[in-house]
Amino acid sequence: MLGERSLESLIRDKGREGRRGYTLPKPDVERTDLEKVLPKKSLRKEKPGLPEVDEPTAIRHYTNLSRKNWGIDTNFYPLGSCTMKHNPRANEAAAAVPGFANLHPLQPESGARGALRVMHELQGFLSEISGLSAVSLQPMAGAQGELTSILMVKRYFEEAGDEGRTTVLVPSTAHGTNPATASMAGFKSVEVGLDEHGCVDVDELRALVDETTAALMITNPNTCGVYERNIAEIAEILHEKGAFLYMDGANMNANLGRMRPADAAVDVMHFNLHKTFSTPHGGGGPGSGAIACSEVLAPFRPDPVVERNGDGFRFARPEKTIGRVSTFHGNFGVLLKAWNYIKMHGPELRDVTDMAVLNANYVRARLRGAYRIPYDELCKHEVVVQPPKGKKALDIAKGLIDHGYHPPTIYFPLVVKEAMLIEPTETESKETLDDFVGAMLELAESTPEDLEEAPIHAPTRRLDETRAARQLKARW
Amino acid sequence: MARFTPHTDADIQEMLEAIGVETLDDLFADVSPKFEDPLDLPPVLSEYEALRDVEARAGENVSGMPIFLGAGAYDRIIPSSISAITGRGEFLTSYTPYQPEVSQGHLQAIFEFQSVISELTGLEVSNASVYEGANAVAEAALMTARLTKRDPKVAVSAGLNPRYREVVETYRVEVVELPFDGGTTDFSAVPDDVSGVFVQSPNFFGIVEDIEAASEAAHGVGALCVAVCDPISLSVLETPGNLGADVAVGEAQPLGMPLIFGGPYAGYMATHEKFVRQLPGRIAGETVDREGKLAYVLTLRGREQDIRRAKANSNICTNQAVTALAATVYAALMGPEGLREVAELSISKAHYLADRLQDVGLKLRYPEAPFLWEFAVEMPDVDRVNDALLHNNIVGGLDLGDGAMLVAVTEKRTKRELDVFVEVVANAG
Repeated sequence: MLGERSLESLIRDKGREGRRGYTLPKPDVERTDLEKVLPKKSLRKEKPGLPEVDEPTAIRHYTNLSRKNWGIDTNFYPLGSCTMKHNPRANEAAAAVPGFANLHPLQPESGARGALRVMHELQGFLSEISGLSAVSLQPMAGAQGELTSILMVKRYFEEAGDEGRTTVLVPSTAHGTNPATASMAGFKSVEVGLDEHGCVDVDELRALVDETTAALMITNPNTCGVYERNIAEIAEILHEKGAFLYMDGANMNANLGRMRPADAAVDVMHFNLHKTFSTPHGGGGPGSGAIACSEVLAPFRPDPVVERNGDGFRFARPEKTIGRVSTFHGNFGVLLKAWNYIKMHGPELRDVTDMAVLNANYVRARLRGAYRIPYDELCKHEVVVQPPKGKKALDIAKGLIDHGYHPPTIYFPLVVKEAMLIEPTETESKETLDDFVGAMLELAESTPEDLEEAPIHAPTRRLDETRAARQLKARW
Repeated sequence: MARFTPHTDADIQEMLEAIGVETLDDLFADVSPKFEDPLDLPPVLSEYEALRDVEARAGENVSGMPIFLGAGAYDRIIPSSISAITGRGEFLTSYTPYQPEVSQGHLQAIFEFQSVISELTGLEVSNASVYEGANAVAEAALMTARLTKRDPKVAVSAGLNPRYREVVETYRVEVVELPFDGGTTDFSAVPDDVSGVFVQSPNFFGIVEDIEAASEAAHGVGALCVAVCDPISLSVLETPGNLGADVAVGEAQPLGMPLIFGGPYAGYMATHEKFVRQLPGRIAGETVDREGKLAYVLTLRGREQDIRRAKANSNICTNQAVTALAATVYAALMGPEGLREVAELSISKAHYLADRLQDVGLKLRYPEAPFLWEFAVEMPDVDRVNDALLHNNIVGGLDLGDGAMLVAVTEKRTKRELDVFVEVVANAG
C-alpha cells in the first residue's frame, strides 16, 4: 500500500529538457525545409510545454496512476445503471488482431469484407435480441443513441408534414441524458409522474399525450430497477395519438431472452454495448449506443448501414436518413468486442439476465430491515435502497470505500431521497454479495460521526469540490 | 450457466430461498409481455473458437500493407507502451470518476490530457474529450450558438472534412458554404448572422489555411472562430489560440490510436477560460483533500446533463477516457521534439512523393498551395490505379470522385514504399 497515498506529481514535472521517450525511424528521404514550403506566419514560434521524459519514467508514472484507480478488476463495483460486469479479455484480444486494428475506415468495401461481415452479423444479433427489424451501429455512446433515435422521430414527423409534434415526454425517473437529448433534438421535454410502484403513471400519461407529443422516452426496467409492467398499454396510448415509444436500453441486462422490446410495441431503442455486452467502460468511454427500430423508422437510420451484396457486404445510405452521426462507421472496435461476447454466449445470454436479476433480488432481500427499500417488490437487475433515517447516502458510500467496495450510484434516481442504486451484475458470486451486504449492514449501524471521516484508507480523503469549481485549475 | 457467472446450483437455490421465490422464472413474474422462446442466436462458442472466428474474419480484410489513405484517420507509428498502460485493468475496467477518492488515476490522466491539448492549441481550457473528430466539430457548432446567442448557423468551406460537415448538419445546425479556391478558403465575405466560422487546417486536402483570416472574419460579424486542427500538426504550426481562434477542436486519433476501421478514437475541444461554462463534456480540475493534499475531481458539473437535465449544454455523458489516456501517453513519450519529428518526417516524405509524382508527369490539384502530409493528385481513373496498387500490396489513396486521389503520407512510409507507389501509379495512369 505504501506509495498509494503519496502524491503523484504530474508527468511534465518528471522530465528534463532533452529527454525522449520514443525513437522514430531515421529519415530516408531528404528533409523538407518547412520555411520553404509553408508560409512563415503559419509556423509555430514556441514549442508546446509537453513532458520530456524517458520511457521507463512514463511507464512508471502511468502504472502508479493506475494503482490509484479502482476498476472491476480490482474491486466489486455495483454502480447502478452502469452494468459494471466482468470485461472478458477475449474481447481485448479480438480488437488487437492486426487485420482489424490496422484497418483504415475508408478502405474499399471489398478490402474490409471481414469488418462488414462482423457489423452485419451484429446487426442481426441485436435485431434478434430486441425483436426490432432494423439496426444502426453508428452511435458512439448511449447518449448519442438516444439523440439518434429522437432525431429519427423528428425527421419522421417532418417527412409526414406533421409540424405540431413539439414535445417529448420523460418520466421523472429518467437518466439526465433523456431530457438533455430531447432539448438537443429541438423538443420541449415534459415530465411524467410515477405510480406507487415507481412506474410511469398511466393515467397521468394518458392525460398528457396528445397530437403535440412526438414520443415518450421510457427506461425499462426503470431506474428504480422496477419493470414497467404497463409498457404495452403505454405503447398503445402513444400509438393512438400517433406518437412513438422510445426505450432507453441502458438496463437491457435485465431483459436478455426474457423480454423483447418489440413485443411491447417499442418503436425505437438504444443499446449500451459497453454495459449489456461487456465491453470495457474505460473510465468513461469509449462505448457504443447502437439502436434498433421498427420498419416505419428504418428509412431514417443514420448513414451508413451494412447490407448484403451478393456474397459480400456493402455500406448503404438509408433512403430518408437523418445523416451521419460519426465520421466513419461508429466505434467499430467496441462493436467487434460486443459481437465476440454475444458469440461466446449465444442463447445462453438469458442466463446472464437471470443471474443479474437473481443477484439484485438477493441483495434486496438481505438489506431489507436495515435499509429502507422504497419499492420493495421484485426488482430486476438493480435495486434502489435508502440508508436508515438520519444517515446520508454519501456517508455510507464513502464508508463502503473503506471496506474495499466501489460505492453504488448515489442520489439517483432523483425521485428517491438519499437514493443508493445497487447493480451487482451477474458476474459476482454469492460470497462477494454476502461480504458486501455485511459491510452495508455494519455501516447502517455506524454513527454519523464515524462515517463523516470516511474514507480513510483510499488514495485520498474527501475532496474540496467547491474549491475545484471556484478556483478553476484544469491544466498544468 | 453462462460463461462468466460463478453461480452453482446450490448458490441459486440458497439465493432463491432468501428472496422467497421458488424458481428463476418467478423473478420475472412481473414481466409482460414475456419472451419465452430461446433466442435465435448462433450456438455458444468457447473463447478459443470465438477467437478463431475473429481471426477468420480479420483474414477477409486487406491488411498488412502500406496505407496511403488518410482523410481524417492516419496510419501512424504507435509506441508499444501505450497499450501496456491503457490495457491495465484499473484504467480499462473503471467508469466515470464519480467517486474521486478511488479514481485519482483517471482523474489525473484526464488533467494531463487537458494540459496536453491546451499546450498544443494555445487555449486555456480543454474538456476531458468527446467521442471523436466529427462529434467535436458538431459540439463546437452548438457551442458557438450558445455563446453568441444566435441560431446555430456556421460558415464552412469545402476545406472542412465533408464527413464532419455531414455530422454538423445531422445535429441540426445550418451550414453556409464559403468559397474555396486554389486549395484554400476565401473568408472575405462571411454572412453576418452566423454563430461560427469554421476553418480546418490542414484542411481536407492537406493544405495549411489562414486561421488568422478566419478569426478576423468571424469577429467582424460578431461570430466565433472554430479551428479544426490535426494535433500532430500543432507541433510545427502556430497555435489556433495565437491566431485568434476562440475554439479549437479535432480528432485525437493520430496521437497513438490504432485505425481499427474508424473508432474508437477521441475528439478534443479547447477554448478560452471565459467560455468554459459553455464547453460541453467532463472537465477534471485540481483541488485538495481534507488533509490538504493535492487531488483531482470532475468540476463545473453544473453544465452537465445529470445535473441540469433539459437545460444542459449537451446530452454528452461519457468522455473517451481510455483513448484520451492513449493520447496522453503518446504525447508524454514523444514530447515536443518527438511530435515535431513525426510531423517533419511526414512532411518530408509527402513532399518527396509529390515531387516524384510530378516528375513522372502527374499534376497536383492545388500545386501552389502549402501542404503538410496529404495532397490531391489528379488522375483520370483512380479506381484503376488503386487496383494496380492493391495488386502490388499497397492500399492507395482516397478516390475524391472527380478525377483526383487524396494521398496521405505518414512517418511510417519508407522511401522504398514511396518509390513503388510512384512506379505503379506511373504505369497504371
